[in-house]
Amino acid sequence: MRILTGNDLKTGAVIWWTGQDWSLHVEDASDVGDHGEAVLAREDGARRVNGGYIVDAEATPKGPRPAHIKDRIRALGPTVRPDLTLKPADPTAGDWVI
Amino acid sequence: MYKYDQYDQAMVDARVEEFRDQTRRRIAGDMNDDQFKPLRLKNGLYLQLHAYMLRVAIPYGTLNSQQMRKLADIARKYDRGYGHFTTRQNLQYNWIKLEEAPDILAELATVEMHAIQTSGESIRNISADQYAGAAADEICDPRPWAELLRQATTFHPEFSYLPRKFKIAVISAKTDRAALRWHDCALRIVRNEAGEEGFEVYAGGGMGRTPFIAYPIRDFLPAKQIFSYLQAILRVWNLHARRDNIHKQRMKILVHELGEEEFRRQVEEEFQNFLALGTDFPQAEYDRIAAYFTPPPFETGLSEEIDRSDPDFALWVDRQVAPHKAPGYAIANISLKPIGGIGGDITADQMDVVADLAERYSFDDLRATHVQNLVLPHVRKADLYTVWQVLREAGLADANLDLVTDVIACPGLDYCSLANARSIPVAQEIQRRFADMDRQLDIGELKIKISGCINACGHHHAGHIGILGVDRKGTENYQLLLGGSGAEDTSQAKITGPGFDEAGIVDAVERTVERYRDLREPGERFLDTYRRVGLDPFKEAIYG
Ligand code: HEM
Ligand code: SF4
Repeated sequence: MRILTGNDLKTGAVIWWTGQDWSLHVEDASDVGDHGEAVLAREDGARRVNGGYIVDAEATPKGPRPAHIKDRIRALGPTVRPDLTLKPADPTAGDWVI
Repeated sequence: MYKYDQYDQAMVDARVEEFRDQTRRRIAGDMNDDQFKPLRLKNGLYLQLHAYMLRVAIPYGTLNSQQMRKLADIARKYDRGYGHFTTRQNLQYNWIKLEEAPDILAELATVEMHAIQTSGESIRNISADQYAGAAADEICDPRPWAELLRQATTFHPEFSYLPRKFKIAVISAKTDRAALRWHDCALRIVRNEAGEEGFEVYAGGGMGRTPFIAYPIRDFLPAKQIFSYLQAILRVWNLHARRDNIHKQRMKILVHELGEEEFRRQVEEEFQNFLALGTDFPQAEYDRIAAYFTPPPFETGLSEEIDRSDPDFALWVDRQVAPHKAPGYAIANISLKPIGGIGGDITADQMDVVADLAERYSFDDLRATHVQNLVLPHVRKADLYTVWQVLREAGLADANLDLVTDVIACPGLDYCSLANARSIPVAQEIQRRFADMDRQLDIGELKIKISGCINACGHHHAGHIGILGVDRKGTENYQLLLGGSGAEDTSQAKITGPGFDEAGIVDAVERTVERYRDLREPGERFLDTYRRVGLDPFKEAIYG
């Protein structure tokens, strides 16, 4: 599957395209098929995303898993600061990255 | 230390308001990202993996307690309670919101700090020996020259759109604590036979994908001609630089392509033109700036004794304390490299502790080092024990300066959008592997430096052992390099062979260290042994 990501313009937070809106959680990301470019152009123009791009991902029971480690780290947070990741209480969150 | 005059303050304040307006226009949609990006970069604001990142300049690595407390406040109020000291004596915040960035810059301006020229194609923050003004082995304090050059080059129109970044370092001791010759322009203050002060000038150094060690281009430049000479260097580069090719824009490429001789010839020619223009600093201006760096009022008649009865303290003194020029005083290094921690990171509370120590015990003076540690430059020997106790309480009393666990690591793939691989976890694993203090002391001086990509922010080319993160078909992979140095015996590290995964690279480092222990002769550091025996015995140990 192909999903969209970028950063929130005002906060810089990593965001994922849900099909209707942007979410902080990669689990919410939806497959954009061939429409990625068009969605990005529209959302960028509307300043709802900054530096957006298309990511290849694998559909898993826990939701989309980006193909590249960089996007998995973006989805979670720094692997060396589990206290600052999006899932601070989940001790296995890091395994998902590697 | 230098104090802003009305012009400095007016310029910095105006810049904050200008950026506030630019940010407002970007958020309102009057500018797109292509238009805004160069503007935010001019104010040190990057977009990284998880948020915006702000790089704050610490001129020549010197700051006072008020500034450190402000950095702590900002970390608490606008970030997530910590900051990261970099290999260029700057501080980075990792979790900045664009909408708050102008307020942060305004807060910095109240303590005479800013983020100008910490990014982009400009003359970056000028770095210096972190022991400046304190070192027993220096000729003079190099910082007045760094400050003069900072003032003369900041906002200078000819240097606002350079072909690429330009990094300057200034030292005045034989011992190089500033990775001098890895800079585009490296200045070492020397005295000639007549006792006059001047600069030994090196040009064309740099790391990145094409590393070069700066060439000596002048043995002795009379100190008061430095601005003419620097302008001449920049002019020659500006004229010929390969602005068409991002990988060839740094001055090191030009020096290499023109050849050392021809580069020198052209610089000397331009130099004559600048001398005739009379743009050098008048003596009165030098004196005015130098007055800010007058040595603090050191007490006399102090005891040289250090009570070493506490063995943990004695160990810390042996590792972290360096000789001071004033009797009864010492230079105290503060390690930001706890075992398994994140090198260079410091919490807001720790910043406050260090600020208090600087205020009470070091004439309100603090330094950041390119090895991502801190320094209290002027501590009475009699106060060292108290200082150490406070540091220990704050988790800042590691005794590992220049040892195998004093690893430099760039933010790597945990934070940086350009990274191929993570650097910090590798550094942590190496620290854990070598945590035993007796083993560290037995190994002795060994500088490990890790970068998460070819840009070399973690100085891997200059590591006794360097590690470079590469992308191998979407997975993290690490190359091992040996034999680099960022000290006065500068050298460039060489790649050993095929790369490793994360566990493999730590094993390879350990095999390298064990082979050194087998091969070393009495008194030899790792680097000395490597230079004597060459790469082959190590390759054999690593690859079998
Ligand atoms: C996280 C954001 C960062 C970005 C985007 C970044 C980007 C870069 C780039 C592109 C280069 C290569 C420049 C060239 O060869 O022309 C570079 C070099 C360098 N950076 Fe960074 N860097 C970052 C963080 C850091 C940090 C945290 C440090 C210190 C720990 C640092 C210190 C350096 C140094 C010392 C060099 C080598 C300078 C040279 O080539 O002479 N950078 N950086
Ligand atoms: S070396 Fe590469 S990965 Fe490390 S901070 Fe610099 S640009 Fe980022």
